[in-house]
Amino acid sequence: MSGGSGSLSPALGPAAAARGPWSAGRARGTKTDRFGDALLKSLCAAASLLAVVILGAIFYQVLDGASAAFSQLGIGFLVHEVWQPNFGHFGAATFIYGTVVVSLVTMVIAVPLAISIGLYLSTTASGRVRSVVGPLVEMLAAIPSVILGFWGLIVLAPFLQAHAEPFLHSTLGFLPLFGKGETTGLGLFTASLILTIMVVPIVAAISRDLFLTVPKDLQDGAIALGATRWEVVRGVILPSAASGVVAAAFLGLGRALGEAIATLQVIGGGNFIHASLFGTGGTLASRIAEDALGTPYALQLSAVFYLGAILLAMELVLNLAAQAIMRRFDAFSAVAAR
Amino acid sequence: MTELPHPPASSAAPLQPAADDAPPFDLLAGRSFDPSGPLDPTGHLRGRQRLSRIMQAIQTGSAIVALAVLAIVIYSVAAHGAGALSVGFFTQSPPVNPEGAGGGIAPELVGTVLLMIVATAIALPTGILIALYLTEFAPPKVASALRLILDLLNGVPTILIGLVLFGLLVAGHGETGFYASLALAIIMLPLIARAAQEMLLLVPTGMREAADALGVTRWRTVRGVVLPSAIGGILTATILAVARAAGETAPLILLSDVFGRAVTFGIFGQALPNIPVYILEASEQASRYGFARAWGAAFVLLAFIALASLGGRVLMARSRAKLVQ
Repeated sequence: MSGGSGSLSPALGPAAAARGPWSAGRARGTKTDRFGDALLKSLCAAASLLAVVILGAIFYQVLDGASAAFSQLGIGFLVHEVWQPNFGHFGAATFIYGTVVVSLVTMVIAVPLAISIGLYLSTTASGRVRSVVGPLVEMLAAIPSVILGFWGLIVLAPFLQAHAEPFLHSTLGFLPLFGKGETTGLGLFTASLILTIMVVPIVAAISRDLFLTVPKDLQDGAIALGATRWEVVRGVILPSAASGVVAAAFLGLGRALGEAIATLQVIGGGNFIHASLFGTGGTLASRIAEDALGTPYALQLSAVFYLGAILLAMELVLNLAAQAIMRRFDAFSAVAAR
Repeated sequence: MTELPHPPASSAAPLQPAADDAPPFDLLAGRSFDPSGPLDPTGHLRGRQRLSRIMQAIQTGSAIVALAVLAIVIYSVAAHGAGALSVGFFTQSPPVNPEGAGGGIAPELVGTVLLMIVATAIALPTGILIALYLTEFAPPKVASALRLILDLLNGVPTILIGLVLFGLLVAGHGETGFYASLALAIIMLPLIARAAQEMLLLVPTGMREAADALGVTRWRTVRGVVLPSAIGGILTATILAVARAAGETAPLILLSDVFGRAVTFGIFGQALPNIPVYILEASEQASRYGFARAWGAAFVLLAFIALASLGGRVLMARSRAKLVQ
């Protein structure tokens, strides 16, 4: 392409020909080549810089938008319970509480289920079953949150209200957590179940990949010592993948924290803290989405950014922790695979 | 502590041949052993194997639960949505009264397609350039930091991306479809960039070295060797990213949710009708006909996403295999 065959081409012009065949070809090639290299490299660098700028702008804008609310409402915003924009009452406590409770319930249900599915896909299932079931489980993650929320609103919530919640209330009702439910079936519990559906495929897929990286030699060694399949899982696979599974759970938790739409649809939009899981409530993300649907007042918009800043801080911590663990794990499994 | 007994006295005894009056050491003492019997585990081993089987049954059960939930959701959407489908559903606007009967989702369909085209047109080239920078140009430390940035960008809740663009662009100026496309592009960017980077890493080093040995410059290598072998996988990854972003609702409720009933093609100047926001608003209104249209819209969206992500997955496996062999 850029070789020195220029002497054969009449299109080079007299000036190039006068300098001799080789130097002419090389001079032309070098110029384009050098320019092309520089152009491609700077384009790539610019695109990468753009990604950095976008992330920086997101952080800056969220903090900047929150600054007005922060100066007016201060740190007390975090512990005030009431959110009544019409009366100028802004407090994040209900939504922080809602976020924590919904995330906890989600993780309590989702993590064991997801690890179990990950084990099934990596150890128990045969190759052909694996190649069918694996993509189907991941399909769950592809369902748009708005459709899942719509389904939760129309199908799941009435079912829970009619069957699951009365049962849980009558058997575990002595705990305030399982108090009397709402008449609609919407609430923290329903939101947790919908988020579980979104989190399970993520954690299951990552942990399956982690379990598949556990060296076969170690497993064979355990089997040779007479371990049963479960003992191989408990004694070899789980311990060597444990930190990675924690990271996977963090990533799933990050997804649950940040999901706004499905949560908004099924959480019932309560503005107060209810002790019962079956009561309505709100998470940080769902409150942001709910207020965004209307036209917020100036201070309300800033308070929404304040909620966003809290959410962003949570996400940042979770994601950094997950990445730190994952990177160490990558290095570890790279060594183990060698 | 008392002093230990002198070792030889106690340990010497077993070494001596057993006295005639002592019973001979017998492995089978107290057990009946029939060498011709079946080799079934007994005692403790049987318990361990039972535990193992129970755990495997739990794992299988968990997978079945996940598949059942998937089946129930898809069945609900299909059963409720298929009835709404007709030619008119794809060609008509929603009725004037959002709670009225009839009508279709043509404006929403057109709007979602437009949004996705513009978002892909922004995110795909940028994502490929970032991936090229990661694999071809960046020093290892910079590449590692950039990967972290991309992962963090991927972890930002989509509602916050919408909120930031709302504060930056929309507040005081009004919504446009282009802003919604920008938000979707930001969501797609880390997905495309990371997937493209993985595909570029799969291009054999030998091909790059062969180009180097021929004196080909870096950009010509990228254009003539690296990109052509990876582009199939990159485009497939883009399909998967589109499938992910097509159902994204959170940023759209801030950037493109006040729209009319007409089919709109201009992405600048006004909000574009789109399917996700339509489903959300219909689900908030609680009217029978609204629900029916929302189920229909959900069916169309889910069918597209299922086809795109399953098809993308098959294509991805194929192009990966082509590169690895």
